[in-house]
Amino acid sequence: MKLIVVAGTPGSGKTAVLVHALKILGESGHRCSVVKVDCLYTDDDKRFGKLNIPVMVGLSKDMCPDHFAIYNLNEMLEWAKKNESDCLILETAGLCHRCAPYSKECLGVCVADATAGPNTPLKLGPFLSTADFVVVTKGDMISQAEREIFREKILEVNPKCAILEANGLSGQGCAAFSEAMLKANDVSDSEDRLRHSAPLAVCTLCVGETRINKEYHRGVLRKIDGFQTYVGE
Amino acid sequence: MDIRKITIIGGYDKHGIKEPVEQIDVRPGEMFGVVGPTGSGKSSLISDIEQMAQGDTFSRRRVLLDDRVPSYETRTDPRKKMIAQISQNMSFLADMSVGDFLHLHAKCRGVRTSQVREVLRLANTLTGEPIREDYNLTILSGGQSRALMVADVAVISDSPIVLIDEVENAGIRKHEALNALVGNGKIVMVVTHDPVLALMTEKRIVMKNGGMRTLIDTTQGETELLESLKSIDGLLLRLREKVRSGESFDGNGQIRDVLMQTLYPKTRNEETA
Repeated sequence: MKLIVVAGTPGSGKTAVLVHALKILGESGHRCSVVKVDCLYTDDDKRFGKLNIPVMVGLSKDMCPDHFAIYNLNEMLEWAKKNESDCLILETAGLCHRCAPYSKECLGVCVADATAGPNTPLKLGPFLSTADFVVVTKGDMISQAEREIFREKILEVNPKCAILEANGLSGQGCAAFSEAMLKANDVSDSEDRLRHSAPLAVCTLCVGETRINKEYHRGVLRKIDGFQTYVGE
Repeated sequence: MDIRKITIIGGYDKHGIKEPVEQIDVRPGEMFGVVGPTGSGKSSLISDIEQMAQGDTFSRRRVLLDDRVPSYETRTDPRKKMIAQISQNMSFLADMSVGDFLHLHAKCRGVRTSQVREVLRLANTLTGEPIREDYNLTILSGGQSRALMVADVAVISDSPIVLIDEVENAGIRKHEALNALVGNGKIVMVVTHDPVLALMTEKRIVMKNGGMRTLIDTTQGETELLESLKSIDGLLLRLREKVRSGESFDGNGQIRDVLMQTLYPKTRNEETA
C-alpha cells in the first residue's frame, strides 16, 4: 500500500490539486482511497466523492488533528486495504505550523500557497522542511519574479525537495503531481515512524485548563523571554 | 544557452475540439502577436509557453525547444530559465520593500545585485510618479507596479524568450516598455488588443474559444497602415500626457491639423502648395 500524506495551510488548495491528480490516477486505472482529517467541519468528502473513489472523513473535534491522524493511521491503512486500493491519500487539516504528519516511509507532500508572501516558506516549519514534494499553488496570481523568489525560499528551507507548480482551478501541473504520487513507496504499518516529533504537550492547558492567569499554569512553561521553567510538584 | 526555435504543438480548445493550428514555430528575432476577444484563451496560451507545457495543461499543448522536450531543470530552475514573462498582474502581493525584492530576484536569477539600480532607473522612465527603493511593493500603483515588472524582466530576467501579456493596459509608456523588453535576437510573443502593437508583429495568432484558430501574416498593406496608426497613436499619447498634467483644451482646433496631416499627408501638402 502506497501512503501519501498531504499537508498545507487551510485554503492553500490541497483538496483542489488532489481532486485533479486523483482524477488522472483514476483514468489510468489506479485505485486510490482518500481520508480527509479536519477538526470541526469539512465538506471535502463530497468533492472527493464525485470521483467515485472511497472517501472517509475524520473529525478530531477538540484533539489536535495531526495527532488524531497519526494514531488512526493503522485503521486508515486497513480500511484502504479492504477497499482493494493500492494507494491511500491522507489529507490533513493543516492548522499548526509545528507538526509534520509525514511518516518516514510515506510520500510527504506539502501544498504551499504562493500568494501568502515570500517569507511564508520560512514560517511553515517541519511540514515544509521534511516534505518530499512541494506543490506551489496560485502562482498565476503573482508575477513571475515573485514566483521565482517563493521557489528560492522553499529551497532555503528544504533544499532536497522537488517543487511542482500547480493550478487547483484549471488543473495545470496536476498531471505531474499524479506522477509524483505514483513514486510513493509501500509502507510497512508496523515499523514506520514519524519524520519529526509531534509538538510538546506538557502543560495544564494541554489537559483542559481554561483560566489565563499565570498562577493556574503547571508543567513545562516557556516564557516569552526564552526562559523555560517547570512549575509543579 | 542559445536556442534556434520554440515550437508550440496544438492541443484542444474549450470544447475539446482539436485546435485548427497544429504547430507554430517561432525563431530568434521574430515577434508574434496573440489576438482574440477576452476569454478566448490568449493568457492561457502564454501561460502554457511559460510553463513549457507537455500535455499537462488544460489545452494539452506541448512546447518544444529546438525540437526537443525541455529538461526538468530548464522548465523549473530560474537560473536556467529560458523565458521571461510579463503577465496581466497589476499589483505585487509580496510585502517587502522594492529594494529587497529586486535584490532577492537578482539572487534567484544569478544576476549581479548592482543591476537593481538599473531596474529602478528603467522603471522610472516608464511611469509617472517615481518609484523609490525604500517603498513597499504593495503601495505601488497599478502603473508603477507594471513599470517595475517590465523593468525587472528587461534587466534581471533577461531571457531569450519574452512573453508579454497586454503591456498597454496599465497606463505606462507602452512603446518604451516594449523596446526595453524586446532585445535583438529574442523570441517575442505579445498578447494585445492594441492595433499598433498587433501590426508591429510579423505574424499573429488568432485565438477563439480557447484554441489557436488561425495564423495571419502581417501584410505589406498592414505595414503601411501601421505608419499612419503610429502617428494617430502618438497624437493620442501626447494628448494623454496633457490631460495627465492638468492642461485644458480649446475645441478641435489643436488636433485637426495634426490629424489631417497624419491621415492625408499628400492632399494636405498639395493644398498648402
